[in-house]
Parts: sequence; C-alpha cells; structure tokens
Amino acid sequence: MSRRRRWHRAAVQAACVAITLFMGVPIYLIALAALSSRESLNRFPLPLLPTDPSTETMSTFLSSTGVTGGFLNSLTVGLGTVALALLVGVPGGYAVARYAFRGRDTYQLFLLLTRALPIVVLSVPLARVFLDTGLYDTTYAVMLLHTALALPTTVLITAAIFVGVPHEQEEAAMIFGASPPQAFLRVVAPQALPGIAAAAMFAFMLSWNEVLGATVLTLNQRTLPAQVLTTLADSPLAYRFAGGLALVLPALVFIAVMRRYLLNMWGTTLR
Amino acid sequence: MSAVTVQNLVKTYASGGRRATDDVSLEVADGEFLVLVGPSGCGKTTLLRMVAGLETPDSGRVSIGGRDVTDLPARERGLSMVFQSYAIFPHMRVRQNIGFGLTMRKVPRDEFDRRVARAAELLRLTDYLDRYPAQLSGGQRQRVAVARAIVVDAAVLLMDEPLSNLDALLRLQFRAELKRIVSQLGTTTLYVTHDQAEAMSLGDRVAVMRDGRVAQLGPPLSVYDRPSDRFVGGFLGSPPMNFLTARVRDGLLAIGDASLPAPDQLSTWDGRDVVVGVRAENIQVSAQARPGWLPARVEVVEPTGAALLLTVRLGDEQLKVQAPTTFQATPDQPLHLYAPQDSLRFYDPETSLALPLTSPSAASSPSPVTSPSP
Repeated sequence: MSRRRRWHRAAVQAACVAITLFMGVPIYLIALAALSSRESLNRFPLPLLPTDPSTETMSTFLSSTGVTGGFLNSLTVGLGTVALALLVGVPGGYAVARYAFRGRDTYQLFLLLTRALPIVVLSVPLARVFLDTGLYDTTYAVMLLHTALALPTTVLITAAIFVGVPHEQEEAAMIFGASPPQAFLRVVAPQALPGIAAAAMFAFMLSWNEVLGATVLTLNQRTLPAQVLTTLADSPLAYRFAGGLALVLPALVFIAVMRRYLLNMWGTTLR
Repeated sequence: MSAVTVQNLVKTYASGGRRATDDVSLEVADGEFLVLVGPSGCGKTTLLRMVAGLETPDSGRVSIGGRDVTDLPARERGLSMVFQSYAIFPHMRVRQNIGFGLTMRKVPRDEFDRRVARAAELLRLTDYLDRYPAQLSGGQRQRVAVARAIVVDAAVLLMDEPLSNLDALLRLQFRAELKRIVSQLGTTTLYVTHDQAEAMSLGDRVAVMRDGRVAQLGPPLSVYDRPSDRFVGGFLGSPPMNFLTARVRDGLLAIGDASLPAPDQLSTWDGRDVVVGVRAENIQVSAQARPGWLPARVEVVEPTGAALLLTVRLGDEQLKVQAPTTFQATPDQPLHLYAPQDSLRFYDPETSLALPLTSPSAASSPSPVTSPSP
C-alpha cells in the first residue's frame, strides 16, 4: 500500500516537472536566442547555456520602427480591456451569483457563445461599424473587441467567487448600517479579490495575445503582436526570437503582479 | 419606547407554495426577551427576517417603537442582529468586526475605541482584538458576532439561532452568559431557536410557532404547564408531554381497564373520548399496588443521572415517566402510576385543542380554548 502510494507520489512529481519543463523550456530557449549574438545563433551544435550573451539583437529589435508604439498600444489596450471587462463583468458576475432571474442558466450558457464565433467573423463587420463611427484604427476599437471577448470568462469567474462569499455577511453589513453598494465594497469585494485578480489576468492575457482582430481593426495603431506578426515575418530568425521575448516578458510581469492577489491575504483559503 | 409590533404578516416564498408565515401578529414589549420557537420550516426565521428588513412581507405591517418600518431598508430600522452562521467578516480583524456598525455610523475614533473595548470586555474578547476570525474558535467567533451586535446600542436586538453552531457544553455555558448580557443591556430582544430548552431558559415570553402561525404565546412556565394544544405539549419539554386517550363515563375517566375520577371540567364530555396530557415528572410511581393507582409495566429504563426515565406501558398506551433514581426498576416489572388531578390536561381528540379549564355553562356546547391569555 505504502509502496503504491510512493509510486503515486513519484508519478505526480514527475508529471509536475514535465509540465513545468513543457512551459518553461520554450521561454528559456527564446530568451537564450534573443539574448545571444546573431552569429552564435547559427553555430552548431547550439549551446544551451548563455555562453555568449549579447543585447545587440534585442536592442536592435526594440529600436526598430513601430515596436515601441506597438508596445504602448498593447499596454493601453490590455489595461483598458481589464478595466472595461471588470467594470461590466463584475456586476454581471454578481448578478449571476446572487439573483435568481428568469433564464439565468441559459444566460450563463450563451455567455460563452461569443467565443464560439471565429474572431475574423466578428471583426470584419466590426471594422465596418468602427469605420462608420470613426473608431477604426484606434486603440479603443481593439479595446472594445477584446472586452467583448474577455467578458464571458470575467462574468463566469467572478460569479464563481461571489457564490463563495456567504450572502449573510452582506445582510449583516446592511443590518449594521451599510447601503447595498457599501456592503459590496466593504465586505464582498475584498473577499472576492482573488477571483477578480484571476479574471483580470485572464482578460489581460487574452488581449495581449490576440492578433487577428487587432490586425483587422487597425492600420497604424497596431498592438505589439499585430505589429510583430506583420513586420517580423520577413525578418531574420534572431529578431523573431527578440520579438517573442518582448511579447512574453510583460505578460509574465503582469501575472507575477496579480499573483499576489490570487494568494490569500488573511491566512485562510476562501471557503 | 422600542416595542416591536408585528401585524398580520403574510409571506409566501415563490418556491414554497404554502405560506411561510400566515397572518402572524404579535408584540414584543419594550425591554422584553421574546423567543420564537418551533420545528424547522415553521416560519420563525422568516418572521425574524421580516422584522429585520431582510425579507419583504406580502402583506402586514412591522413597527418598531411606534414607527412603521415596513417599507424601510434594514439599515434604517435601528436594530442589530446575530446570525446563525455568525456572518462575521473574515477579512477584518476582530476589532474592525466588532466596530463595523460604528464605522458605518462614522463614530469618532476615541469613542469607537472606547465602545469596542467595552463590548470586548463584556464578551471576554479583549485579548483577541487584533486577530482575524480564522484564528478564533467557534465559540469566540460567536462572541464576536454578539459583541458586534451589542456595540451599536440598537433599540432592538434580533438573534437567529445564535447558539446552534456551538457544541453542547459551550451552548449551555454561553446561554447563561447571553441571558446575563441581554438582561444587563435591557434591549428588546427577539430570539429564534428550534431548541425548546433554549426557549424555556431564555425567554420572558415564548411564542411556539407551527406552520406559519403562532400556536401559543406566553411565559415559558405557563406554556410548558398549560399547552394550548397537543402540538405545543409535544414540542416543549424533554421528554415531551404524554398523551393518552380516555373515555369519560359517569364521572369517571376510563384509561384502558382502569379508571380515575373525572374532574368537573369534563362534565359535558360524558360518553365521549378525550385526550389526557400529563408531564413525565408529574407521574408518581410505586412498586406496590395502591388504591386509585393505575397498574402498568416497565418497558425501558434509562438513567439520566438526576432521575430515571422510564418507558412504561399502560394498557395500549406508552408513557414516559420520570422516577427518582432510588426507584428500583427492571424491564418487564409491574409498577403502579398516579398523577394528581391538577396535573392532568385535557384535549379535544378532533381539534387537538385544550378543553376549557372550567366547565362551561350547561347549555353551551364545549368550545375549546384557542389562546389562553398569558
């Protein structure tokens, strides 16, 4: 029995290591290639340790036209998407969690339907609408599209977390003098922070990685992935690695920052 | 000043179908401790939540201190509440939890500290003010919930089964403590419980509820002693009241083969069946036959420490009898029972309601007492 358990534990450990490697190795290789000189990249066999570090490729990439602008656009769109998705999605999630209304279950199911449509199908008619309203080729256009894409998960994630905060706590807050918004802000929101952080992370990642819609909806105000996709297709290999690293790093930083809120702040797991 | 009046409250839940509270009216006097007690689903919590403003009645009025609060939100009713699940805030320290009501009222810092300190002292929480609820035991969390409720000095205190999540020993300790604290404060209190012992020990008056209605309302001892119907007698008391069917015949009360003299109260019931109710502690036992005592047989003997609880068979009926520990009893042993006439209560077998205490005037038909005045 104990032997079986030991085997079981070893297998779990091995699986964890394998998954970590699966996620980590590509990032390492990209970072390695992006921070090596262009010559060392063509060497054979390729050294797997940073034997010849150089920031030359990276700095050339970062100073090339459109990269800084794309980076700033991506950041604007990403943070804007997070803000909009939370602004609309958190109340939505709260409603789904707290109120029994006609068609709630159907609503939850159909929420995900936006994600069933291919982005191209969505963005071409959207491009028309944005052209008519003058939003075309602005970061707002991309922000709106990304918000629409992020909303279903925002609603579902926050709803799941609001269900975990007992309604009696809100009632207690209201008995002791809080209005419904105050009860939400003082009692529910702090406890729902981990879920809200997860939803924010999700929205940001989605926006940061989304290429197709951003390409269709902009010409000059490209986000970084859209910019990288169009300009780097014909660039030398080394610059593609540099572009990859430039795309991965901010996402990792954002996750690291939000992770703080995912972990619990008062010593217990929620529920 | 802060009496609570409930008039004709009706509430039906969309999912329930039948009424959760059915035209309930009652009044809690200023400074009174009223306990709502009843089995689960009897509407007691619904009634409390309507008084609190957490539930909207279909019809009827609620007023507090003479002010109609039916349409006011909970926060404007000037009351405080202890919840069954405590409902303390896990992300705040004990100090902030207790002072939550003061924070919402924007009480100045020094007064906040003073009042929180006083409430904490009253509930022996002074050493725990800087802890989070997760670092407290169940009993301490319960104290925090009570401290939070009393610190605001509300005119009315509502409690929804506050002791039901504590273990038996702690519950007994805290019950006495709660009684002391509430009587010190003199707050008008409405307290909900399903535990009849709690209701008896805490309330100035007890309202026994059943199926959304108040079955009987009165001081605990009088409700215990004179249940207005079989349900109340069977619900209050441990063991519950014994009920046996007897036939009134020629001034005698025939129970099985034996008979007792019938009281005057039953003079109009000649030739009919009545239900006799008698408390276990009012039945005397004897191993020897005595004149006027009823022969019975022991079935089960349960020592409870302070007494012996006997299950005995009397004819076709089973009775619970409380005997002194000195009484020697073994299963299957014959014994003799006697209950003083003034400890017997009589009920109409059809309506289950108590029969009037004094015999009604000759012509009138027997009309059962529906609500004896407390």
